[in-house]
Amino acid sequence: MSVKRFLAEKADGILLSWVDQREMMARFELDCAAAEELILQGGYLPARYQRNQQMISTAQQLQLFQSKVAVVGCGGLGGYILEELARLGVGQIVAIDPDVFEEHNLNRQLLSTIELLGTSKADAAVKRIAEINPAVSVSAINAAFSLENGSELLDGAVLAIDAVDNIPTRLELAEICSQLNIPLVHGAIAGWYGQVMTVSPGDGSMQKLYANWSGGKGIEAGLGNPSFTPAVAASLQVAEACKVLLGQGRGLNKRMLSINLLDMQFDEIPL
Amino acid sequence: MQVTVKLFASFQTGRFKIEVRDYPDQTLIGTIVRELNIPEEEVGILLLNAVHTKLDQSLSDGDLLAIFPLVGGG
Repeated sequence: MSVKRFLAEKADGILLSWVDQREMMARFELDCAAAEELILQGGYLPARYQRNQQMISTAQQLQLFQSKVAVVGCGGLGGYILEELARLGVGQIVAIDPDVFEEHNLNRQLLSTIELLGTSKADAAVKRIAEINPAVSVSAINAAFSLENGSELLDGAVLAIDAVDNIPTRLELAEICSQLNIPLVHGAIAGWYGQVMTVSPGDGSMQKLYANWSGGKGIEAGLGNPSFTPAVAASLQVAEACKVLLGQGRGLNKRMLSINLLDMQFDEIPL
Repeated sequence: MQVTVKLFASFQTGRFKIEVRDYPDQTLIGTIVRELNIPEEEVGILLLNAVHTKLDQSLSDGDLLAIFPLVGGG
């Protein structure tokens, strides 16, 4: 039996269940990613994505599956970003973070658990995503992003997402993305507050955003971060990423969304 | 001269959200930041009449100054 015939027989409308996808993998000796690609290329949809429909067509789901996105930082923002990208169906993810989980991460970092204290954040991303969407290929990079390794770490990525915890790394990330000519979705948080914007290659908005930075941390040093602020900022970042990957909607380009959850005030700042 | 000062995020705490304030002519933005006890190293974006500016910029009557903190956590 051909793959085409298998899909035609098993699909319910255009939907193919996980059980059938597993059977397809076994019968045709395919790994999960290869099976997923064939399903989408055949115009079918793995049933896990059925609630993506209406806003994401099957052709767009294939586009997401064939996209590689680098997530720089696997902590507060990064944990939610990785989860949402994998559930969205982005096919290739690079998870970059040099750190291991510490107890003070447990109040907000989605990937952190008591059991994983002392272990790699990037490795936790691989494990988590394998549990929720095994069609997604994740590579863990247990190293800090820098000007030296940046181009190599982002190789092949069509988009980078900023989930780092410090300003100098953000400026370096923006520089490398500009050199590689890829967009960057920025997010940063502190206490009740956060900000999100999308940087087009070479538009200089990250440099403009931190033009008055003279070294050191931002207000997060004094305010810390609760459970909900990273979730809000990360979700806005993934919405931006989805739009960038599909070329849809109006992005936060040349404008920053300033988030104040204490007063539920959202301001748009020109950049 | 009168300058409208708008503060954002944690800079509002213990201060104000928006106020029309009196200053001597040609007052620098840095002077206002110090007068408000905002640590200079915490200052992020400064918008003067919606245009990005720096601490050493002087102000004129009727200006609108917006001060945002640096946000850098992840």
